Amino acid sequence: MSPYVPILVLAAIAAAFAVFSIGAGALAGPKRYNRAKLDAYECGIEPTPQAAGGGRFPIKYYLVAMLFIVFDIESVFLIPFAVAFDRLGLFALIEMVLFIATVFVAYAYVWRRGGLEWD
Amino acid sequence: MSLLAQGVLAAENPVADFGNDNGWVVFGKALFIFVFLVLLTLLTIWGERRVVARMQSRPGPNRVGPFGLIQGLADGVKLALKEDVIPKAVDKLVFVLAPIISAITCFVAFSVIPFGPAARIPFTDIVTPLQLTDLPVAVLFVLAVAAVGVYGIVLAGWSSGSTYPLLGGLRSSAQVISYEIAMGLALISVFLYAGSMSTSSIVAAQEHGVVREIFGLDLTMPAWFAVQLPVAFVIYVIAMVGETNRAPFDLPEAEGELVGGFHTEYSSLKFALFFLAEYINMITVSAIATTLFLGGWRAPWPLSAIGGGMLNEGWWPMLWFIGKLLGFIFFFIWLRGTLPRLRYDQFMRFGWKVLIPVALVWIVAVACWRAANSATIAADGTTRIVLIAVGIALLFAIFGALITGIDRADRRDAARHETPPDEVDPFAGGFPVPPLPGQRLIRSNGIGNGRDDDARRPALAAAGEADEEVHGG
Repeated sequence: MSPYVPILVLAAIAAAFAVFSIGAGALAGPKRYNRAKLDAYECGIEPTPQAAGGGRFPIKYYLVAMLFIVFDIESVFLIPFAVAFDRLGLFALIEMVLFIATVFVAYAYVWRRGGLEWD
Repeated sequence: MSLLAQGVLAAENPVADFGNDNGWVVFGKALFIFVFLVLLTLLTIWGERRVVARMQSRPGPNRVGPFGLIQGLADGVKLALKEDVIPKAVDKLVFVLAPIISAITCFVAFSVIPFGPAARIPFTDIVTPLQLTDLPVAVLFVLAVAAVGVYGIVLAGWSSGSTYPLLGGLRSSAQVISYEIAMGLALISVFLYAGSMSTSSIVAAQEHGVVREIFGLDLTMPAWFAVQLPVAFVIYVIAMVGETNRAPFDLPEAEGELVGGFHTEYSSLKFALFFLAEYINMITVSAIATTLFLGGWRAPWPLSAIGGGMLNEGWWPMLWFIGKLLGFIFFFIWLRGTLPRLRYDQFMRFGWKVLIPVALVWIVAVACWRAANSATIAADGTTRIVLIAVGIALLFAIFGALITGIDRADRRDAARHETPPDEVDPFAGGFPVPPLPGQRLIRSNGIGNGRDDDARRPALAAAGEADEEVHGG
């Protein structure tokens, strides 16, 4: 049996539970129509339209996402190196240190340019 | 070549053997994990409320069932009987899908966690590992599933069509991806020591400590990776709190600023699913920490010696595993009862400027140390000495960079808040402003051009005199 089959079994149980819960919640609860209740929650004032119309949000979030990709790919390269470390020898170690140093240069650049400042 | 490939794969493959599992065994184990997680969630909610209550000198829930134990279940039933509101601005399909994504991913991540070694199922002859399944890339699988779980949060925030959930969802995703890097980098040194990503192999790698000769004595080094790799352990523990949006890093749900965060618009059992997912995520990261750093299901040191490792066989390991797991959960609750919430810029600064560089340098230091102690890599004495020297230099670099970095950040923060002037005119802005500590009130006409200028004069004069009295005395 493939080792991935049990994962699918557990996912199926969890999915059944989640769908059942949502269905049961929709059936068991009362339904009392109220126009104000269906508005977006904003502490009782008229809701702002930005969120619904795909409003703009701080550009910092895009920057964080791009930096995440850089470092996540770095760790993806580091993982196979770490797993096979004992069989690779000194050459791989030196190469990996050079690789980390290269990414560190990019990191220092981002830091100096203020890419890691939030406000 | 193929022989070599097989040998390489054999080293990374799981230690646990799932050859005896048939469909029923797999289904039973999956059902067990499901029930275990749901029950442990109810117990954790109860425990959290009771422990935090005790820390705040109040009793906590104690009415529903013995010691209030089934309070969580009562809350669940209450939520099920509430109206399932779907606001009119939402994107309906995504709005319903988001809690389902969260719920499925949080359960699935637990499928590779080992509860114990092979044991016989009672009343049958089937011997099977106390673990649903294991993969050569098990820990990577958990990280991947956790990353998919972010979709549940960000889609919930986006589809709500409301400002607070959108901001909460964005904050949450930025937070989770930032701390996921530090978490992944902390785990790399564990893979380096264990030589595998399979959870059962990592537990097996923590069985015996290395025997090392120190000053003529043969000492068995401790085998838990938390002791062998302390920096990685600390980074992981901090990152796991950030990953699960728990206090003091619960910024996406900062109720003072964002109402409820990404689940503000959710009600009834959809809200309950998010709540369940949050607690199960907390249990999952605790289980990963137990497996990767605290020896997994293995009995702690003095107990492991009893009866020639008797306590590491059969069903006993489940006890140690759950005990260590509950220890981490108590740690989470303790944090929540102790620490105030961080500001978002402090939180991001800590993640990007402290955790990530420390984790990177730690990986290089560990790799150098490991290479220096390996017979195949450091064959001659010179290489060995060079590697040890590089490793030690990098360790010093970690601490040096940490101290100077934090110091510089503190000074920049201090520079940003300029010192307030000694004298302050309380009516300069057109409305009264109280003085800061140490500031002296001065008379001025302000900008009000005196409609009620004369009326407020006596009060100002009185305040000025009172202030002078304090400073003069």
